[in-house]
Amino acid sequence: MRSTRAESSDASVCVAEPLLDIRGLKTWFKTDDGMVRAVDGVDLHIDRGETLGVVGESGCGKTVTARSVLKLIDMPPGRFEDGEILWQGRNLIPLEQAEMNKIRAREIAIIFQEPMTSLNPVYTVGDQIAEVIELHQKLSRKQALVGAAEMLRLVNIPHPQRRVHDYPHQFSGGMRQRVMIAMALSCQPKLLIADEPTTALDVTIQAQILELMQEMKDKFGMAIMLITHAMGVVAETCQRVTVMYAGKVVEEAPVEALFGNPRHPYTQGLIRSIPRVDRAAEKKQRLEAIAGTVPSLLDPPPGCRFASRCKHAMEVCTRAMPPLKEVGPGHFVRCVL
Amino acid sequence: MAGSTPASLSADAPRVGAAAPRKSRPVTPAREAWRRFRRHRLAVASGIVLIVMFAAVALGPIIWPVPINDIDFAAKLQGPSWAHPLGTDDLGQDLLARLLYGGRISLAVGLAAMVVAVVVGILVGALAGMSSGRVDAVLMWLTDLFLSLPQLPLLLLVIYLFRDTMKGIFGVEGGAFVLIVVVIGGLRWMPVARLVRAQFLSLREKEFVEAARALGASKTRQVVQHILPNALGPVIVAGTIDVAAAIIAESTLSFLGLGFPSDVPTWGSVLRDAKDYLDIAPHWALFPGAAIFLAVLAINFIGDGLRDALDPRRVL
Repeated sequence: MRSTRAESSDASVCVAEPLLDIRGLKTWFKTDDGMVRAVDGVDLHIDRGETLGVVGESGCGKTVTARSVLKLIDMPPGRFEDGEILWQGRNLIPLEQAEMNKIRAREIAIIFQEPMTSLNPVYTVGDQIAEVIELHQKLSRKQALVGAAEMLRLVNIPHPQRRVHDYPHQFSGGMRQRVMIAMALSCQPKLLIADEPTTALDVTIQAQILELMQEMKDKFGMAIMLITHAMGVVAETCQRVTVMYAGKVVEEAPVEALFGNPRHPYTQGLIRSIPRVDRAAEKKQRLEAIAGTVPSLLDPPPGCRFASRCKHAMEVCTRAMPPLKEVGPGHFVRCVL
Repeated sequence: MAGSTPASLSADAPRVGAAAPRKSRPVTPAREAWRRFRRHRLAVASGIVLIVMFAAVALGPIIWPVPINDIDFAAKLQGPSWAHPLGTDDLGQDLLARLLYGGRISLAVGLAAMVVAVVVGILVGALAGMSSGRVDAVLMWLTDLFLSLPQLPLLLLVIYLFRDTMKGIFGVEGGAFVLIVVVIGGLRWMPVARLVRAQFLSLREKEFVEAARALGASKTRQVVQHILPNALGPVIVAGTIDVAAAIIAESTLSFLGLGFPSDVPTWGSVLRDAKDYLDIAPHWALFPGAAIFLAVLAINFIGDGLRDALDPRRVL
């Protein structure tokens, strides 16, 4: 614990370069039908200690982007076609798996959507957390288990001393997600990638998990990349938001700007499609949805990928992909409007 | 979402409270499996039978110190009596002593062949399951090839070809043991390999393996620590069935005169020697047959029980 605080205070001194800087990342998958361009030129960056929300509907490339950062993409069929993933200035793409293993958990950790299956059923949770600690900090099993109990205490699991000896099936979904967070944070990473961490949980537990992540973020001074499709979650927890659509970033903005002044028609649609209990009751209004579905990522046509579903689509939209342009401080949008 | 936060905190309170007064003993998977196994009456009974058999063949020669090759023509082909509880054979040798000694060989062959089959099966299956593509395809062709070979003629051929070489290396009995174990095990790993491969294919996509990978576990670590322990349940079950099959295979070989040297009794060879006297001394064939039958049946029931106990999806 001590070393982390020292590190995080060091980190706050130099803020010249972003913690993570993804530039023009293209992660493509080779399939029998052709190349699926799951991530097709994504730029995003995360500064130290900030929470970046990555939103977009299913299949827009959020998860692939996240997994690309940790190089968890199976190759083949996947491959990095182009781009750079700069982790504190160092490009991760050419690194070997063994090199990546030194970065995983120690510097970048990830938690997944499914807490029910993300823990190995044959080991106690203590063993699983201790394994990560042992692996990266070269501690003895005994010390690692003490560390594991400490981590369980940090994520507010009652009776951590006793619960370390329990098996995953003895924990509820929310508890397991806490264990996953404890595991991910056991080596005090500088970045936590949370891939829809609350999607599989019920709403009351969701809020707790988000709160816990916020708490841990403050404690360890780490950055969070929060992948979600719940705009409400984004509004509450993130400082900046990147909106993805069909493998591209379509809008990037500070959270207030995004909700106050969404510029891309897709973002506007996303925000309008948040269910609002108050409004629906008053006007007997139907929940708004964005018509159509995400276009196939197999050899997408030139032009804006959202054009086929966009109310404001013009002839120019189908000809060339509009570039990201700055429309406000830190507010970028990929639209001709 | 904002409104749900305070509500959620109170919602968690009963959950925490419910978790607190728990039983003191942790529910380990092993204990849970034992609880499930105990419900399977036949398996428990079979376990006891098997333990008694192991104890008998291990300690029997001490308690029943009659030499296995003590020839007594005056007492040949006798039925069970106090002097010879299981009767005698055509040379007047005591059948109980011979079966106790033979049981050691038969059970040892069964277990050793199972170990060979399981180890080879796990290696091939794990390798195939982890490496998709060409390696997987080649290994599975190999598995199918072995499955399609006619086993008995091959067994006979291999033993005929290598018997003398092995005899030279490990001695008469040792050579026969190693050869038989390797040959039986070497022809029984395929179902294990297929099982392990199938398990690996599904397990390696599981979130907890990906989580381990994301937290910096090397490939070896993922396999040994995370995938293999989860794949072992069905393998253990297949292993018990392999023990039974290997005992039968050894008996078959002995029956055909290709197993151990003819003066070494095994359950199979005693049975073979008895076949010419079935009408005058049926007990001679009956007892070794019953021993094989009982051992194989018990082991199969245990396999059944283990399958129920180790499959977490079954509600018992």
